[in-house]
Amino acid sequence: MPGLQPHSGRAARFLPSWSMAIITVDHLRRTYGARVAVEDVSFSVEEGEIFGIVGRNGAGKTTTVECVAGLRTPTSGRIEVDADLKEQVGVQLQDCSLPDKIRVGEALSLYASFYSRPADWRDLLGEAGLDPRTPFAKLSGGQRQRLSVALALVGDPRIAILDELTTGLDPQARRETWDLVARIRDRGVTVVLVTHFMDEVERLCDRVAVIAEGRVLAVDTPAGLIDRAGGGRRLTFRTDGPVEALRALPEVASVTTEGDTVVVTGTGDLLGAVLAVLPASRLSDLAVQRTTLDDAFLTLTGAHAAV
Amino acid sequence: MTAHAAFVPARLARLAGVEARLFLREPVAVFFAVLLPAALLLVLGFSIPGFRDPDPALGGQRVVDVQLPGMMVLLSVVTLALSTLPTALVVYRERGVLRRMSTTPVRPSALLGAQLVVNAVVAAAATALTLALGHVLLGTPFPRAPLGFAAVFTLGCLAMFAIGLCLAAVSPNSRVVQGAGAAVMFPLLFLAGMWLPRPLMPEVLRRISDVTPTGAFGQGLLDALDGHGLQPLHLAVLAGWAAAAGLGAARLFRWE
Repeated sequence: MPGLQPHSGRAARFLPSWSMAIITVDHLRRTYGARVAVEDVSFSVEEGEIFGIVGRNGAGKTTTVECVAGLRTPTSGRIEVDADLKEQVGVQLQDCSLPDKIRVGEALSLYASFYSRPADWRDLLGEAGLDPRTPFAKLSGGQRQRLSVALALVGDPRIAILDELTTGLDPQARRETWDLVARIRDRGVTVVLVTHFMDEVERLCDRVAVIAEGRVLAVDTPAGLIDRAGGGRRLTFRTDGPVEALRALPEVASVTTEGDTVVVTGTGDLLGAVLAVLPASRLSDLAVQRTTLDDAFLTLTGAHAAV
Repeated sequence: MTAHAAFVPARLARLAGVEARLFLREPVAVFFAVLLPAALLLVLGFSIPGFRDPDPALGGQRVVDVQLPGMMVLLSVVTLALSTLPTALVVYRERGVLRRMSTTPVRPSALLGAQLVVNAVVAAAATALTLALGHVLLGTPFPRAPLGFAAVFTLGCLAMFAIGLCLAAVSPNSRVVQGAGAAVMFPLLFLAGMWLPRPLMPEVLRRISDVTPTGAFGQGLLDALDGHGLQPLHLAVLAGWAAAAGLGAARLFRWE
C-alpha cells in the first residue's frame, strides 16, 4: 500500500538522529480473515526507553506487540528486533494466568530454568513484593500482575513487552506496578508498554505511539502530544465580573461556563492576561491546569474518528 | 538452537517435577485415578458374595483373581486419559498457560510432554497399588505373563492417552472437554466389560468390543494377568488406535 507512506515518515521524523533502534516496525499489516486488525503501523523503539503504545480497545495495539514478540506472523510489513526473541524478549500478555495450585516461588524458579542465563528469581521476588509460598489462586489482582511482570523479567531480557498491565487494578496496586516498571527501565531494559491509561503514559513513557483503527496517528513524547493537541493552559474560576471581555484577549482560545464555573483555555501568560481584566478580588476557586494528556489523546483520536 | 538442545531433557524433567507436584495437590484427581480403583477392588472383592468363589463362567477363576483387578487397572488408565489429562491441557490452553510458555525458550509442547509423563507414571503407580493391595488382601495373583502385561499396559496407555489428546484438541473449553470425556468414557468402559464381562456379552457385542480401544485393552490385561497368550488382534487394535489418535491429535491440537 504505497499510499500509506506518510505514517512511517512521521514516525521516522521523531526519531533522534543519534538513536539506537532496538525494535523497528515498518508498515506492519495483519488481518484475520476479512478483519483488518492492523492496517499500517510503523515505529521504532530506542534502546533503554519506555515506549508506550496507546489507543482505544480494538485499535490494534495487542496484535502489534504480539507480532513484535514473534507470537503472530505479520500479513505484510517488516519487523526487526535486535535481540533473541525467545531468550532476550520478556513478554507479559493479557489473559495469561498460571495453574491455581502453583506457588509463586515454584513458578518463578521454573520459568527461570527455561532460560540459558536467567536473572536471580529471588531478587525479582523481593522486587515484586511477593511471598514465594503463596499459591497463584490466592494472589490479588495486583500481585498477579506483579508476578506476571516478574515472569517476563526472569530471563534477564533486553526488552520487556508489557500488555495492559494495570487494567483492573486499584490505585494503590497500579502505583506499585508502575514503580516496578520504572525500576526495570533503570536497569537498562527497554520497555514496550501497551496501555489505554493516559496517567500511566504520562508517568512512565519516554515516547508514545498513538494507534487508532490499525494506524499510527502520532509518535511523540507525552509533552509533544499535548503540544500537538493545542498545548496551553486551562483556567477555572467563579466570578461576578464581566466574562465576555475575556474573549477579546489574544492569549485566550475559548471561554465557556460550566454551571457557575468559568473555564478559559489558551496559551502564553493566560493567568496574567485574565487577572488584568478581572482583579483577583472578584475571583474565587481559581485553578490553573495544564492541558492533560487525556485531552490530547481525545483530540487526536477524536479527529481521526471524525474523518 | 543446538546450544539449547542440551538443556531440553533437564527442562522437561524440571517441568514434569512441577506438574507432578501440582497433580498431587489435586485431591479429586488423586482420588479418582489412584485411590478409587484400588478401593473398589477391595470393597467389591470383600462385600459382594460370590466374588471370592471360583466362577465357572470365568473358567473356574475367582472374580477377584483376574476380572476385577484387570478392570480396575483399566479404570485408572481410562480416568487419567479421558478425564484428568485432557481437562488439565484444556484448562492450560483456556487460561493462557500454554500461550505464556510460547513466549519463553521452552515450547508449550514440553508442557504437554510433561503432562503425559506425569499421567503415565501415575497410571503405573495406581496399577502397582491395585495389584499389590489385591495380592496382599485378596490373594490376587500378580500378572502371570509380566512382559505381556507390561506390553499391553504400555500400548493401552498410548492408545488411551492419544484419544485423550484428541479430546483436548477438539474441545473449545474445559466444560466441553469434561462432558465429552464422560460421554466417551462410559460406553468405552461398558465395551471393555466393566459391568458385563466380555465372555457374557452377545457375540455381536463382543466382536464390536474387540476393535474398540478399551475392549482390546481390557481383554489384553485379563489375558496377561491370567497368563494366557495375548491375542495379536488386540495388540494390533491398540497400536492402530494409538497411531490414528496420535496423528489426529498432532494435527488438531491448538496451543491457544
